[in-house]
Amino acid sequence: MRKFIIKRLLLSVLILFFVGFIIYAMMRLLPTSYIENIAYTKSLQPNSKSYEEWMEQLSVTYGMNNGVVGGYFQWIGHAIVGDFGDSWFYTVPVTQKFHETVWLSFVMGLISLIFELIIAIPLGVLAATKQYSKTDYTISVLSFITISFPTFFFASLLKLVFSVNLGWFDLYGLVGRNYDQLSAIGKFFDKANHLVLPIFCLTFLSIGGLMRYTRTNMLEVLNSDYIRTARSKGLSEGTVIYKHAFRNTLIPLVTIVGGSLPGLFSGALITETLFMIPGIGFTSYNAMVAGDIPFSMFYMVFLAILTLLGNLISDILYAVVDPRVRIA
Amino acid sequence: MNEQDKELQQEIGVNPAEEPEVKDENIANPETENLDREAIETVAEQEAEQEAKEEDSGDEEHLSLNDDRRVKVLSPGMLVLKRFFRNKVAVVGLIILAAMFVFSFIGALFSPYGEAQRFYRIEDIRQPIGGAKVITEVVYDSPSGTPKSSLTIPAGRAIKLINLVYEGLPTEKVVIDWETPAKEREITSLPYGPITQSGVSYTIQSNDTVEYTKGADTFTLTRKGGFYEVIKDSDLAFIGYTYSLNAIKQTDEMTFDFKVAAFGTYEDLKATSTDSATFNVGSDVFELNSDGEIKKGGEDYAYIMSYNVKPISDLDFYTQDFKEAVIYAIENNPMLPGNEKQFDYVKEGETEPTTYSLIYNAASEKWEIKEALPSQVYDKYSAPSGAHWLGTDGHGMDMLTRLMYGGRVSLLVGFIVVIIETVLGVIMGGIAGYFGGWVDNIIMRLVDVFYCIPTTPILIILGAAMDEMRVDPTVRLIYLMLLLGFFGWAGVARLVRGQILSLREQEFMTATEACGISAHRRIFRHLIPNVIPQLIVTCTMGLGSTILIEATLSFLGLGVRFPFASWGNIINDVNDVYVLTHYLFVWIPAGVCIVLTVLAFNLVGDGLRDAFDPRMKR
Repeated sequence: MRKFIIKRLLLSVLILFFVGFIIYAMMRLLPTSYIENIAYTKSLQPNSKSYEEWMEQLSVTYGMNNGVVGGYFQWIGHAIVGDFGDSWFYTVPVTQKFHETVWLSFVMGLISLIFELIIAIPLGVLAATKQYSKTDYTISVLSFITISFPTFFFASLLKLVFSVNLGWFDLYGLVGRNYDQLSAIGKFFDKANHLVLPIFCLTFLSIGGLMRYTRTNMLEVLNSDYIRTARSKGLSEGTVIYKHAFRNTLIPLVTIVGGSLPGLFSGALITETLFMIPGIGFTSYNAMVAGDIPFSMFYMVFLAILTLLGNLISDILYAVVDPRVRIA
Repeated sequence: MNEQDKELQQEIGVNPAEEPEVKDENIANPETENLDREAIETVAEQEAEQEAKEEDSGDEEHLSLNDDRRVKVLSPGMLVLKRFFRNKVAVVGLIILAAMFVFSFIGALFSPYGEAQRFYRIEDIRQPIGGAKVITEVVYDSPSGTPKSSLTIPAGRAIKLINLVYEGLPTEKVVIDWETPAKEREITSLPYGPITQSGVSYTIQSNDTVEYTKGADTFTLTRKGGFYEVIKDSDLAFIGYTYSLNAIKQTDEMTFDFKVAAFGTYEDLKATSTDSATFNVGSDVFELNSDGEIKKGGEDYAYIMSYNVKPISDLDFYTQDFKEAVIYAIENNPMLPGNEKQFDYVKEGETEPTTYSLIYNAASEKWEIKEALPSQVYDKYSAPSGAHWLGTDGHGMDMLTRLMYGGRVSLLVGFIVVIIETVLGVIMGGIAGYFGGWVDNIIMRLVDVFYCIPTTPILIILGAAMDEMRVDPTVRLIYLMLLLGFFGWAGVARLVRGQILSLREQEFMTATEACGISAHRRIFRHLIPNVIPQLIVTCTMGLGSTILIEATLSFLGLGVRFPFASWGNIINDVNDVYVLTHYLFVWIPAGVCIVLTVLAFNLVGDGLRDAFDPRMKR
């Protein structure tokens, strides 16, 4: 087991190295980063140096003057000790901005994951136990509908119904206009109020996948021999399903949910942007659109790490919860 | 007992033939026979669909082979189709898809409008038609038009000097503000000077004359009230005045000589408090009264005003009456909110008065004259009507037509991206799975790398970069498809490799090897076809998710760009809160189209999976 984990970790580092290089090379080769924008604006000012001269000067200032390969190794050298440089767009250290924003995203992700589990798993089990019934069809079609909705369209619909027509929530942002005048509890509820729609949106769009996954696995379990045995022993249907079947369905569920845990830190890029929630996703979106290389680099490598970590966790969990699985 | 139940029984091994009800009811019905056969074939299929036909003959042994028992054997493809069409949900998906294709690809042919055809409507919009201003600054004029600023700047300074002493010598020290730094000077006696500024030296000769030298030239500026003459070498070089001279008829041109004579005489009248005087320009005789009205041969010819009232267009001409109405309104009418004054004026040949507004601009001290004129504007956000069934969008284009073309783009992008993904994925996955060893290792690490690359952020960055570089929309569309395909092949490669790894160990592959078939043929003729069922399912589902990604990018303004329509960029308008709340017809239909299409692809994909592999049924 330890050997497997070490091997996987080493492999992950290698993969990460190349992923980082691809991203870095792409960002550096695009002629539209933040530096180019500044150089262009500055060169347009009267009596200014030419664009090329500004570029030369700014490249040195921002440490972008050694080629792509050299620059990448320089970046790695700093990144390994946790120094991701200063964000150009936010003009603060990248890690500081990250700490300011990531916890909001994490809370949003966690709450929506909890709701997702609460809603999707029971519905999935229900659909599987009543296979081919009306309930099953309704749940299946519902789960397909939730995965077919584009985030922006669903968010717009939510805004139209709950913000515009019912006036329950604000359209954008994390805090209301009178936030500063509120008491501590008022501030908490103000933020909570602003997070309702984004979390609803996140939850709704993600339950479909988990619901179908639960249903498929539950069906597989229900068709297995030991369930038939349990039934033939004359156990009640409730015992069969919740004691024998559901517990075995948990095996794949635990692995997939465990694997999705690192993803809680990645933030919801689109949802946060649509609701202008200053989590890591929205922050990164602004930085990326502005061509902020240090921040974008950090965010994308961070996402890659989370993906690798998620895969590793689900593989390990798979072996942990299911003793039949042997890891080579 | 419905069909699904039968299938369930097939799955758990109950032979429907043993069900008495079914047997009794449908004993002579070939349909039932087919069902029975299918149950058997399903078992056969589990071995390998390719060999289904051969294995059929083997399976038939435990049935009687009498001709009356013999039924038509369905090919594996037909079986899949049959099973697919039995799935109602999948059929609904297929119908939606077909409808979407007809709507997008054929509907656009029948639409009377083009993809980027704009519509207009006539609307009364207040437009600036002219301006009015109290003349506070000296206007310069010379025989050859407005003199150069190199001439007027010293003249302006000379005028400032002369104004200091015009009413007699100043009793206090005066500040000459145009000197740098501004200087305080005491002018006690005339002539005074020289004062030098920017290489020009000024000398105040008398209380209405300033002489100044610039290089070798000497200019003499004489003041007559609000009228200034600048003489150089005893010739009149240019004049300055603080009035406007307006012709009664548009055809009469106010010549330089006429201006000189008119202003000169006007100032003389004012100085001497005479009521009228005459002056000659060439052979013409003009009569001027103290109100500034000039007559030629007893008829009104021109008039002098202290306001400058001018139309914006040279083709327009304001009558004296209108100009006086403007001036009267400026001086007497109450100020409305927004620095606005209004007045009514009956245009010549009309009976109803027209309302004009005067908007004051404090920075330029100008009044802008505005009139509500019918103008052609884009027919933006017009509500659904007979001409535009779904109304028009923010560019004044027909919504329904945009939706059709948008569907084309969205579906095309989906298909092309999935084709790119599949081709790349099948080649890479096929090679990796078949050859194994170090080739497999390298390719799979590459797959891992691509799996790890966060696609959405990268596409956002590239989209923003393409925005910045102003990439042509067509090129952009192609880039978008290539990029989406390039970043999406890893999943397909993994699937194909996994399938091939398990297929490679099966007997039929050993047989192909024994037959000495070339590697190329073995991969592409024997392995890949067996992967195809899985591949079709993945592709169908992939189409849905690709359309979602494309729509999201276009919605953020980073994907398909105007003039191309795509369902995503049609909804883009919803970013404007006013559109969100008031123009539902602009963004709801496109959203519904996306949801329906993606849903349909998912349903069909799911149906196909069940049809291809009944063991995996949901």
